[in-house]
Amino acid sequence: MELSLATRAVGEHTVLEVGGEVDVYTAPRLRERLLELIDGGARHVVVDLGRVDFLDSTGLGVLVGALKRLRAAGGSFALVCDKEPLLKIFRITALDQVFPLHPTVDAAIAADSTGA
Amino acid sequence: MATVKLSFSPAPVHVRTARLVGVAVARRAGVREDLLDEVRLAIGEACTRAVALHRQYGLAEPVYVEMSDGGGYTVRVVDRAPIEAGLGLAALGPDELAKESLSEDALTTGVGFALLAGFVEDLQVRPVDDGVGTEVWMSWPAGRA
Repeated sequence: MELSLATRAVGEHTVLEVGGEVDVYTAPRLRERLLELIDGGARHVVVDLGRVDFLDSTGLGVLVGALKRLRAAGGSFALVCDKEPLLKIFRITALDQVFPLHPTVDAAIAADSTGA
Repeated sequence: MATVKLSFSPAPVHVRTARLVGVAVARRAGVREDLLDEVRLAIGEACTRAVALHRQYGLAEPVYVEMSDGGGYTVRVVDRAPIEAGLGLAALGPDELAKESLSEDALTTGVGFALLAGFVEDLQVRPVDDGVGTEVWMSWPAGRA
């Protein structure tokens, strides 16, 4: 399945819903969208991976890039993921210790809002 | 022993095709259903790595993939980049991954290797026997040997 991207605002958070396959071919589009959001002033970004069915190292690189950019700008970045195959990818790469990972968008926003 | 061979010009758009073929052949070979996600990811990472190397060195030659099911399911992904380009398996810790100074390319390469090493029990990265290049060799148990 092709990459799908949809953005919505929840309070001061920007939620980016990603679906389909994030790989070496589609990751540049994810990078562009994240840059557009950050350049457009988004400071608290939650990326919902709930409908992602493939994620590779290129996609992970893009997500880490966004995390660093937002942290440098005094913002926050969190991921929503509850699928075991994807969670395993984060564990194996040790990126589960780099990203705030939450099972739902609500949990991600709540954790971020309490200053976690 | 059935073998499927695939070669593709080093463009990101073709990596998905290689993944799809790789998983189809794995299923056909009798690889356990719950391993297929890992097969898909590993073939994708090996092909992504090969495509990145060909682009980095300006090589138009195709990336070569060979899948065979003689006594297990075996996949070889062959690139034609100079050997010094990447035989090392870089394992990055969480501190390094979050470092500002680490470029996205370097991070992606390190993470790609971590995924290969983490998902493939039987993995070898070695120089090709003929000419210049590296082969990523991966193998999984298959029911129908």
